[in-house]
Amino acid sequence: MSKRTVIPFGPQHPVLPEPVHLDLVLEDERVVNAIPRIGYVHRGLEKLVEKRDYTQFVYVTERICGICSFGHSLGYSQCIEQLMGIEITDRAEYLRVIFHELSRIHSHLLWLGLLADGFGFEALFMHAWRLREQVLDIFEECTGGRVIFSACDVGGFRQEVSNETLKGIVIVLERLREEYRTIAKTLLDDSSVKSRMVGVGYLSHEQAKEYSMVGPFARASGLEVDERLLGVGAYGELSSFEPILSDQGDCYARCDVRVKEVLQSIDIINELVAKIPEGDVMVPVKGSPEKDAETMMTLEQPRGQAFYYAKGNGSKFLARMRIRTPTSQNIAGMVAALSGAELADVPMVILTIDPCISCTER
Amino acid sequence: MSYVSKSPWIIHYDGSSCNGCDIEVLAALTPLYDAERFGVVNTGNPKHADIFVVTGGVNEQNAPVIKQIYDQMLEPKVVVACGACACGGGVYQTCYNVLGGTDSVIPVDAYVPGCAVRPESIIDAVVAGVGILEEKAKAMKMNPAHKDRSESDAASGAHVPVAQVDDVPGASGAGVE
Ligand code: SF4
Repeated sequence: MSKRTVIPFGPQHPVLPEPVHLDLVLEDERVVNAIPRIGYVHRGLEKLVEKRDYTQFVYVTERICGICSFGHSLGYSQCIEQLMGIEITDRAEYLRVIFHELSRIHSHLLWLGLLADGFGFEALFMHAWRLREQVLDIFEECTGGRVIFSACDVGGFRQEVSNETLKGIVIVLERLREEYRTIAKTLLDDSSVKSRMVGVGYLSHEQAKEYSMVGPFARASGLEVDERLLGVGAYGELSSFEPILSDQGDCYARCDVRVKEVLQSIDIINELVAKIPEGDVMVPVKGSPEKDAETMMTLEQPRGQAFYYAKGNGSKFLARMRIRTPTSQNIAGMVAALSGAELADVPMVILTIDPCISCTER
Repeated sequence: MSYVSKSPWIIHYDGSSCNGCDIEVLAALTPLYDAERFGVVNTGNPKHADIFVVTGGVNEQNAPVIKQIYDQMLEPKVVVACGACACGGGVYQTCYNVLGGTDSVIPVDAYVPGCAVRPESIIDAVVAGVGILEEKAKAMKMNPAHKDRSESDAASGAHVPVAQVDDVPGASGAGVE
């Protein structure tokens, strides 16, 4: 019987871009338990609704997370629009979904790079981030920002993006698709990459269900959860949408799901650009949410389901804003996937859930 | 600068940021911006690093972490605060759990503006940091007593030891406005 040791992991660690602390309880080289401790990024954003009115708060929600910044402003805007009964234009709906899918591509490429860096394949990391820059260039051209866009606002979409620009986006993405295929091939077929990922950090379908996992993490365990299936906004206009699933449940499956989602997002953007209607992108917004009016909204972020709740108080300030983000759901699953893993595989398991700590702690 | 006499190694810590600046620091190291052409290498070990790049603000829980990383770095060292948050709190300035910018815990040598910062300005700051690093190294050679950085900082008041963080107004979270 071996003795148990506790190894602290984080908050400052080379594989973690973000601070999170884990106490890993080991028996020899095997993890028997992982105790997460969070709070390094907690700022207290939800309470800021008392100091910022509902139009200013869009910029705060955007800064919950720099990776899914567009998604957060989208979720918040949809929430407020529902609260105040604002109908936005069709063109704005389309543009929102196009940009949301673009940020999914940039988020997944970022993650693929970090994953490659995590198992020591630096060239792959550099190539994934090189491709990601092309998506950021699109953002910069359309909105002026690389990671924070301030493009989505209550009432629609701030910038008019012309049809020519949209066609240009499709051309860039088609070029990207070709280059991306070679990276994807290395990630999915290379034997040394496979030996780091296959069978590592297994989470069964039942466990995923029990812990209410969301996003690609759940889909890699065969759980069919995807908020895009609800068809909110322009997602309802898609001719077909099938979430990408895998039933392996290990690190390789999670990588596989995300790799394919990038291609799926490119397809969604192509379809929407072809169908986008003409018209304005912004409707004027007047008044403020009524007292005690409540609403909720869910959204598929790159990392999974995000939940938004807002309550008005009759003035320009909201009474309450609550956001639940995908990583806070997934941490329980991560801890389950970690137990039984080798110490050397711990960074891989943590990375494959794609944790976003600043979302989680707000 | 015509040449850089030292390849600056950086260590990056992400305080309570939104990730925006955080990923831009990484983006500065990747092929499009390629800070490695200046010899910049990202290391995970404070003892190997010359330049400490901090993104995001400081809160109760990460103040000791930032302080520890700073203390573990060898002299001479330079601190670069990246982004509005690290410079002074940014959009979160009035949040109850934010103490302020990086300079509320450790002395900062270069401030990089922007929300989010642009990779170009990060590279600019790191290259400027090399100049500061050289000056500090020179000052250390001239005056060995200067080595004891923490003492001189405490005297100038630029540096609040973590033990005193509680004394910073608003640190308790009550009545921050
Ligand atoms: S300065 Fe802006 S982009 Fe950078 S961490 Fe702060 S909120 Fe995020």
